[in-house]
Amino acid sequence: MSETDLMQAASASFLARFEGLKSRLPGDPAVREAARERVQANGLPNRGLEAWKYTSLRPLAEISFAEPLSDASEIDPAHVPGFMALLPDFDLPRLVFLDGRFRADLSVLPELASVANFAVAPRLGPTREGPLDALNTMLAEDGAVINLDPGVDAGTLLLVNLAQDTAGRPVAFHPRHRIRLAAGARLELVEIALGEGVYLHNPVFEIELGDQARLTHLRVQNESARAFHLASIHAQLGSGSVYDSFTLALGSRLSRVEMDVRLAGSGAAAHLNAAQMLGGEQHGDFTTCVRHQAKSCASRQTVKNVLAGHSRGVFQGRIEVARGADKTDGYQMNQALLLSPDAEIDSKPELEIFADDVKCSHGATVGALDDDQIFYLESRGIDEKTARSILVRAFIAEALDHLTLAPDSEAVIRAYLDARIEAGFERIAA
Amino acid sequence: MLVINNLHAKIDNKPILTGLDLVVPTGEIHAIMGPNGAGKSTLSYVLSGRAGYEVTAGTATLDGQDLLALPPNERAALGLFLAFQYPVELPGVGNANFLRTALNAQLRARGEAELDALQFLKRARAEMKRLAMPDDMLKRNVNVGFSGGEKKRNEVLQMALLKPRLAILDETDSGLDIDALRIVADGVNAQRGPDFSALVITHYQRVLEYIVPDRVHVLASGRIIRSGGPELAFELERDGYAQVIANAA
Repeated sequence: MSETDLMQAASASFLARFEGLKSRLPGDPAVREAARERVQANGLPNRGLEAWKYTSLRPLAEISFAEPLSDASEIDPAHVPGFMALLPDFDLPRLVFLDGRFRADLSVLPELASVANFAVAPRLGPTREGPLDALNTMLAEDGAVINLDPGVDAGTLLLVNLAQDTAGRPVAFHPRHRIRLAAGARLELVEIALGEGVYLHNPVFEIELGDQARLTHLRVQNESARAFHLASIHAQLGSGSVYDSFTLALGSRLSRVEMDVRLAGSGAAAHLNAAQMLGGEQHGDFTTCVRHQAKSCASRQTVKNVLAGHSRGVFQGRIEVARGADKTDGYQMNQALLLSPDAEIDSKPELEIFADDVKCSHGATVGALDDDQIFYLESRGIDEKTARSILVRAFIAEALDHLTLAPDSEAVIRAYLDARIEAGFERIAA
Repeated sequence: MLVINNLHAKIDNKPILTGLDLVVPTGEIHAIMGPNGAGKSTLSYVLSGRAGYEVTAGTATLDGQDLLALPPNERAALGLFLAFQYPVELPGVGNANFLRTALNAQLRARGEAELDALQFLKRARAEMKRLAMPDDMLKRNVNVGFSGGEKKRNEVLQMALLKPRLAILDETDSGLDIDALRIVADGVNAQRGPDFSALVITHYQRVLEYIVPDRVHVLASGRIIRSGGPELAFELERDGYAQVIANAA
């Protein structure tokens, strides 16, 4: 079957699910219907599309996904204690989802943020361009809705997505998260995705930052090795606001994160940093589009890839500078460390600049671990494996160093990240 | 005690060491001098276990333990330390973390108690004071942005913290001004004692005015061709390598 036909066929199973579910789905039926039409017309994205030339959803299309059980309580909770034990050792408020459904029994609500769950307060935003967004809009059943009032500092909040297949049947879920920070509000959102078995996790985030608001968005994608993680993050930034994000991609057989960030108010800043640690047959795609639409905005992207086995990393970074967005400062760097001759990195920067007086730069490097550095560490008594791990962590540190964390949770979060990165290296180097 | 017996080594199939014999008793400092291409750096790398060197014959033991059979980190745990001619920069690796990881790896390998962050800092600061190193060198990344002199001082700091039984100083004097040379030499001299020995590999006699060796060996074409007391360094300085090598032939 050709890829286009395959993607059409795959979308048919999602469309059939929609037909079965639609009477129970919350929100405006017209929005759902519009999304359905787009899914039906376009299918799942295929590699004929420029934005998808490095990432094929063929492995996803070959799986037929069951509908998650309609009653969340029917999901076997056997893995849950193990998952919860993998969370940072910290008494933080947390919103926990299992197979895409909110679990009040596992969650601890924050004091300062107003939190609703999507199923209760459904408000689908305007449908967006991306094919993954359409899939999500058509099928979203639940998600976190987080609102911060002006000037509130809500501290740190965990957003946890646990997943497991149901009795060996692959499941798909499409959480829709909305995060709105009013002017001057602050939040540190630590998003962690964990799972077992085969599943598709297809979240969409709609993020809106008011003037001078600040959102730190740390994403730890540690999905099951057989899972698919297809995330879309849309953020709109008001004047002087900061969206500081770092994505750590460790798990999944195939993952793609699309970040679409609109710098709409002057002096806004976006950091879209990431590290992907991939081994075996893993495929990880980090795709960004930063739209500079106001004066004096800054965007920073440092993306590090550590690739072992037959893995493949993709970075596509697009920077658009609109007419009049003067004093734009855009920076983009994609670096890859290849630990195996069979690993591959694809890097595609795109700059589209319609303003004068703009500073925009991009770069890419590819290399291997340095034998001289390994020997230097070994000669001091450090074994070779640890030496490699130290150098890999040092390589990633540069992207991580930019992340600003709240002082009271910083030590625990950084220790958690270090441990995940160390474990990630152990896994891909094995 | 370091005992090297009839050591032959090749790199890229080219013989570099061609039957090298050398004994450095514990408690002594020996100098190895020789012209470019004599095999000085090869000797230090073969002893410390760098990949790419093929030992085709001979033995090398430290305190009776076969060095050549061990990976580099286990040689280090036995007490072998190589001060690099060109210390390597490690961007993203903090100096304090690096030093503590190395020290604890060696302590662990020897079955001794590891140091916590506080114990380590106390010890490191004391050694740094002796070496006239500013405190911020612990916070910086390993050797990144260090001047030539700072890099060499960082090597000596590592030596002081790791307390090796045998230190190999591979042209540690190269690129140092007199003040830095004095500091480095003081650092080495401070280690002198019945349990410490050193092999000072150098091109020039100058460093041996500051680190006075018990013995001086001349390395040429992969072998020790002559050995003597400290006065041999002055003879080399006066007559040149070519003359001394010709006389030895």
